[in-house]
Amino acid sequence: MSLRVTGAVARRVLQQLRRDPRTIALIIGVPCLLEFLLQQLFGRDSTVFQHVGAPLLGLFPFITMFLVTSITMLRERTTGTLERLMTLPLAKLDLLAGYGIAFAVVAVVQATIVSVLAFGLLGLDVAGPRWLVVVLAVANAVLGSTLGLFTSAFAQTEFQAVQFMPAVVLPQILLCGLFIARDEMATWLRVISALLPLTYAYDALARTAADMIDARFVADVAVVCGCVVLALALGAATLRRRTP
Amino acid sequence: MDARLNGVAVRVERLHVVRGGTVVLPELSCEVPRAEVTGLLGPSGSGKSTLIRAIVGVQRVAGGSIDVLGEPAGSRRLRSRVGYMTQAPSVYGDLTVRENLRFFARVLGTEAGGVEEAIESVSLVDCADRVVDRLSGGQRARVSLATALLGRPDLLVLDEPTVGLDPALRRDLWQLFHRLADEGRTLLVSSHVMDEADRCDTLLLLRGGRLLAAATPAELRARTGAAQLDEAFLRLVDDVEAAS
Repeated sequence: MSLRVTGAVARRVLQQLRRDPRTIALIIGVPCLLEFLLQQLFGRDSTVFQHVGAPLLGLFPFITMFLVTSITMLRERTTGTLERLMTLPLAKLDLLAGYGIAFAVVAVVQATIVSVLAFGLLGLDVAGPRWLVVVLAVANAVLGSTLGLFTSAFAQTEFQAVQFMPAVVLPQILLCGLFIARDEMATWLRVISALLPLTYAYDALARTAADMIDARFVADVAVVCGCVVLALALGAATLRRRTP
Repeated sequence: MDARLNGVAVRVERLHVVRGGTVVLPELSCEVPRAEVTGLLGPSGSGKSTLIRAIVGVQRVAGGSIDVLGEPAGSRRLRSRVGYMTQAPSVYGDLTVRENLRFFARVLGTEAGGVEEAIESVSLVDCADRVVDRLSGGQRARVSLATALLGRPDLLVLDEPTVGLDPALRRDLWQLFHRLADEGRTLLVSSHVMDEADRCDTLLLLRGGRLLAAATPAELRARTGAAQLDEAFLRLVDDVEAAS
């Protein structure tokens, strides 16, 4: 791995994104709109808004970056640039880390703007530190990125890649504990829930919202980081220098 | 093939490639002389791109060996010594010409001066700051070619670099190729149009994955008694079919 090459990849991915202002507007605008709708729907001081608002803020980057990364990587595979890169002095991890860093930067911007809106204007409040929500949002973005990189290997077209989003992301959101507390789930659902990375991402956010920064919180964050490393390794395994 | 003055840059021995259950290259052997422009000619589907992909180390091969500049094809140390231009332009459509080249230059770790030199070499100075997607097909191909020139590689492997270019540009590029060869660099240039054959020092004629001939244009004329090289190609095809 080399810092120079990783940096080159990150910079290039950001340059490409800059050429696409509509995507940037959607990445920032959609979570803002959803937070606003949530507040309007349930009311500023409702428990639902206060209970769901912060975890949602932290989970948005996961969804966005999953989608953006899997499409970008798929393009890299289908346009031949990946084959070209594989003939250059570039380690697979340079490419993956470059992507991860670029989308983490985007997540910082996204999570910061959405939290300024939610905490500042919409009246969302958390008992724990607000900056921690932003930090967790960035960690979730990196997790989404790495999972997107990995799943893009199984898509041949952008149509398929888009369908992976509901397939991979929605079950995790349903089972992470946001809709029904995990204790109240049927045992088999709780077991599946325990195997999904987003469960830990959600739990860390819920604990931040309740100001319960305890050992469980640390374990949650450790699991999320472990999943990032695992997804990176799986993603690297799908990148082949030689293809049939 | 007779012993060349400068030695051999690429030696392919009994290369066997199977793609999708079909034998594309059946135990092909050939050599690319050093510091010359070698033309890899043959109709589309003759296995030119597969051979090229094998030489740059991105093709999965079933057998045989390829020695490139004294190393096995695809080895790590070759990645900064071999420039590769893919058949379909493998550059980022949403970046400008200069941004594309700067990215590849950073990955290669070459000095920034090489970028401007490469842009000049392929006559793209006037559109250096235009986004690649807005360029014509021929211009896009030249961006792709420019990325292969970066870092002054010892071996340049170019897959149909002159397709779709106007005659003046084609002449300029062939002059560039010979200038590079005069500097001691080796070029392997594929084409499916026989009228480019006369611009090469040596020819490898490929048909159906088999080597029809490896000779200079003059040798080919003498051997077949044909004045035109496409006529010579046809006579070679007839000889092979008569023999089988």
